[in-house]
Amino acid sequence: MSDMKDLAKAMKALEDQLVTCMRCGMCQSVCPLFDQTRKESDVARGKIVLLESLMEEMFDNPHGVNERLNKCLLCGSCAANCPSGVNVTQIFIEARAVITTYLKLPFYKKVVFRKMLARPQVFDKLISMGARIQKVFLSKPDSHTGTAKVKVLAPILKSRRIMPIADLSFQKKADALITGKKTTGDRVALFTGCLIDKIFPNVGVAAVKALLHNNARVHIPKNQGCCAIPALASGDKDTFLELVNHNIALFPPHRFDYLVTACATCTSTIKKLWPAMLEDQDPQLAEQVRHLSDKTLDISQYLVDVAGLAPLPETAALQSTEDDPRIVTYHDPCHLAKSLGVRQQPRTLLNACSGYTFKEMTEPDRCCGMGGSFNLYHYDLSEKIGTVKAGQIADTGCHTLATSCPACMMQISDMLSKADKKIYIKHPIELYTEGLDSDEPA
Amino acid sequence: MQINTSLKTLDISYYQYTIQDNDLPFGIGITNFFGGPVIAKSLRQAFEAIVGPDHVMTAPEDLATYAYDAAPLESVLPQAVLMPESSEELGRIIKLCHENRLPITVRGAGTNLSGGTIPDADGVVILTALLNRILEVNETDMYAVVQPGVITAQLVTKVEAKGLFYPPDPGSQAVSTLGGNVMENAGGLRGLKYGVTRDYVMGLSFFDAMGNHIHTGSRTVKCATGYNITQLMVGSEGTLGVLDEIVLKLIPYPAHRKSIISMFKTIEDASETVAGIIAGRIVPATLEIMDQFTIRAVEAFSKAGLPVDAGALLLIEVDGHPAQVEEDAARVLDLCEKYGAYQTQTAENDAQREKIWAARRSALSALAKLKPTLVLEDATVPRSRIPDMVKGLGEIARKHGLDIGTFGHAGDGNLHPTILTDRRDKTEWLRVEKAIEDIFAHALSLGGTLSGEHGIGIAKSAFLENEIGRASVEFSKRLKRALDPSNILNPGKITGD
Repeated sequence: MSDMKDLAKAMKALEDQLVTCMRCGMCQSVCPLFDQTRKESDVARGKIVLLESLMEEMFDNPHGVNERLNKCLLCGSCAANCPSGVNVTQIFIEARAVITTYLKLPFYKKVVFRKMLARPQVFDKLISMGARIQKVFLSKPDSHTGTAKVKVLAPILKSRRIMPIADLSFQKKADALITGKKTTGDRVALFTGCLIDKIFPNVGVAAVKALLHNNARVHIPKNQGCCAIPALASGDKDTFLELVNHNIALFPPHRFDYLVTACATCTSTIKKLWPAMLEDQDPQLAEQVRHLSDKTLDISQYLVDVAGLAPLPETAALQSTEDDPRIVTYHDPCHLAKSLGVRQQPRTLLNACSGYTFKEMTEPDRCCGMGGSFNLYHYDLSEKIGTVKAGQIADTGCHTLATSCPACMMQISDMLSKADKKIYIKHPIELYTEGLDSDEPA
Repeated sequence: MQINTSLKTLDISYYQYTIQDNDLPFGIGITNFFGGPVIAKSLRQAFEAIVGPDHVMTAPEDLATYAYDAAPLESVLPQAVLMPESSEELGRIIKLCHENRLPITVRGAGTNLSGGTIPDADGVVILTALLNRILEVNETDMYAVVQPGVITAQLVTKVEAKGLFYPPDPGSQAVSTLGGNVMENAGGLRGLKYGVTRDYVMGLSFFDAMGNHIHTGSRTVKCATGYNITQLMVGSEGTLGVLDEIVLKLIPYPAHRKSIISMFKTIEDASETVAGIIAGRIVPATLEIMDQFTIRAVEAFSKAGLPVDAGALLLIEVDGHPAQVEEDAARVLDLCEKYGAYQTQTAENDAQREKIWAARRSALSALAKLKPTLVLEDATVPRSRIPDMVKGLGEIARKHGLDIGTFGHAGDGNLHPTILTDRRDKTEWLRVEKAIEDIFAHALSLGGTLSGEHGIGIAKSAFLENEIGRASVEFSKRLKRALDPSNILNPGKITGD
């Protein structure tokens, strides 16, 4: 093991950001993890103190700090409510990279990130193989959410109900959706995102339909890579750089007006983390990424703020009736609401769906407990946080839960199907396009 | 597998080496890191036997997260951190600490601004986090019974839903605990009309330094039974006992309220107006002041539409019976005009009212964003002396070449001069320390007090004698020795060592 002095020195790069924390402790009021455990090392203030302790060489090795630092949803609730404006998420991501560089990435993560995730073609092949094999193991899917149990993997997956891999990925459907369309509006590039591509292709299809309906010229590059959030969250900067380079080549920013995604996490990663993590890198790449980041929008943001949201044909929607009110409620994904301040646009989209009656739940922006890899490492806590969310959703008596993030969709599907709540889970864009015919001329 | 053989800032004799499973997904893999300090292994086991192994923390990485509070002071790592879940567990912990002469620092949310929750290096921290139940809200007799770890805002929400009112509203109420509020005698924005935490504590039960369970006060409006131990405990900063139950007085929720924002060319005019309103026999629920430095910081931060050219603002709220409220509001408007306000606005609806108070609430945040370190002072003067205090603060800022933003509870004489600095700048920090001394001296010269609502803790203990005199300090020390002969209850706080 190299000297702790080296780690302390590397951590010093974060000093100016760390000292902005004034230890007021207000993060305790919004942290979904602290709400469960009431332990200071689980909340932002405690973690920032631990990073400072590393900087001051308080400990003999970084394992204890690393373990506590990684026990975080990266939901950004603390940052969004911080009186001093401490940029908590970015500090934690950078600190994870510093510690991982020092400790070296664990072998299994190296395999997953560098041999699979960083190579989109290999990754796609593996997943499509998985799609074929999975049928043997999956239990009967839940009637409303489509989640299933995987009995043979019970010791690993615990009580999780997972979303199966889609038979046909979005990228295999994409071409047919846009060929021959004669739209004349903005040049919009669609960044698909792994979960939409492989688990929720219908969200991607709906996004394209909505964009075309709003007269956008849609461009969907093939062989897209991951936005790199799993690698960043594990402190793997190498894989992050590989994926950014791969994606920026597919999305040269001068070739389109907007980069749109239907995934809250992809949007906030590209818009905020990419430029932040490239500040000290190759200036040409950094400049390109800044340019791309400026053009990046969530799909509801594009449709409502830029395109002016084309009205739906009157025949498109089932009318809501007394007997079947079809209440829809909306969960604010942390990466959209807290990271980017996008709260109103998805609701505008839902209010445009005449077949549904919108009803707000209590604390719509309370984290669902997914947190990406947090769910893998700390399922017990993830489940407790998710159960609170599921209760708040069910209390609205809704027919459908809408949320703009496929990761939230997975977590909430797991929670609601376990509680047998019989609630559908959709992306707002799916509801908006429910009545649009895919062949409809723009 | 590697064993660590050196420790840089921690005494080696306190440590043993343990090997623990690392938290890999699905429990795969093992790595090592060193275990916690050994407050004698047998003692740790004894604590574990009381509260369970999950509720005893001794890893240095955990101890480091209980070594500080919200005051800009040096951290001190405790020996262990304990999380009792019941009064019974709490009592047994304290007995064990008493038998082993282990110092105890009780911690709620750790938002203390005077270092009162910074532990003793040889002691343990007891968290009230799991003692967080609201035991009773009695609507007929208008009181609530809570455990010390209940968060202030949670009680407020609960009682307001029943049309009742718990007025003390410290700035940290979204996270602060009622146990902490009682032990620090926390204040807030409504001190002027409604008083502070002290005025709402009807009774307590607590463990003394030997672990005996003591009950004081009652659930009755009147109580003349025995010594008033309840009020001795309020504001005692954890030096005389450890709370396990609090009986709090509730009052009816005010029927009506009206908010006013008033702009002045100079802070002197604004502070004269404060004195004028008080002299006019009007008691607003809230009477807050904001100086130009703070106004500009808030405006830059939140674009709330505040007048950046104003020398100062007064934010005023009157509440109570509708007719009385209207009359008071009209008189406040007249007085503001008389004392030189160049513009005064009354909130016509909830949205406007909310806007006024959002600006006030963001004052501290806005200032905090300007510099890395923020020193929030709370020296307090008789309210008629507010103009003199404001003038003195301006002189102190100029003398030491510091940025001081001043806002706060002008109506009760409790200003918050807020010094903006960077702790890493050693020379400026020395000037900050001098400025703080000057602020204390100035407040005392005006007949004021060192702390309106943050407590003495360790930050102000050296100055205590300046205010209360040698004999009073000695009296306090004798009291402490009599009640806590082994000096295990939050040692070093208030009276110093």
